Amino acid sequence: MADGTAISCQEVVEVITDYLEGRLAPEDAAVFEAHLELCEGCRWYLDQMRITIDAVGRIEDAEVPDELRRTVLAAFRSRRV
Amino acid sequence: MTLGTATAESDLLTRLRAGDEKAFEALVAGMYGTMLTVARTYVKDRAVAEEVVQETWLGVINGLDRFEGRSSLKTWILSILVNQAKTRGTREARTVPFASLAHEDDAPAVDPERFRGPNEPYTGGWRAFPANWKAADQLAQDRETIRVAMRAIAELPLTQQTVIRMRDVEGYSAEEVCATLDVSEANQRVLLHRARSRVRSALERHIDG
Repeated sequence: MADGTAISCQEVVEVITDYLEGRLAPEDAAVFEAHLELCEGCRWYLDQMRITIDAVGRIEDAEVPDELRRTVLAAFRSRRV
Repeated sequence: MTLGTATAESDLLTRLRAGDEKAFEALVAGMYGTMLTVARTYVKDRAVAEEVVQETWLGVINGLDRFEGRSSLKTWILSILVNQAKTRGTREARTVPFASLAHEDDAPAVDPERFRGPNEPYTGGWRAFPANWKAADQLAQDRETIRVAMRAIAELPLTQQTVIRMRDVEGYSAEEVCATLDVSEANQRVLLHRARSRVRSALERHIDG
């Protein structure tokens, strides 16, 4: 991609986050998208990445240990409003 | 911060200052995972990291009236956490500058074996395409998929855990991550990339078998 002409699948998987974050230079983003246009494998890889991000976004909050919750809640209650 | 989140923020702050316990508890629960992960990058054991989280909340409660809103509420809370964690980390002689951890793992996103080698036609092209997950309906909502993602995150280096948690689990912006961890935007992105790539690989092993 450095030469602005083409990009391999192996390079696609390394710049995919830059692409998703909107951090590729416009000409590089165009090269990236041109590759995807022609390459079903990389389109599927991009889908996999999006599904991964979606799944990670559905992870629930870690459980707060009881003692910690009680302690900070008690401190919050005793705070003078 | 967008206008919508700014309104929600000032709303939350008003409720906290008025002593709204429900709002406080929800905030504690919502930030716990990230706080613990950030703390653990500075202090070695989990129990100490939990203490750091607790001390942070006590500091937040005391400082609530002094918070001026120059950063987002969460960013402010995390800055208190980082200070507490650094103090504890120094006391335990294990202060780990975040930026130096960014280079601890240079593994490629996908096993190089899956691409055609330098002496083959179509160098760098897929030997076999990754699977089409779109065909597997509702994959991301599947509880088992989410559990696999959770386990994969737990196995990442702590710096990567922190970034993927903040960005993709809890929805912080890249700017908020950079401010909290004192890393450059580019470093933040590298960590996010490695973390997402590893989680994708774990899901692939789970889904495609």
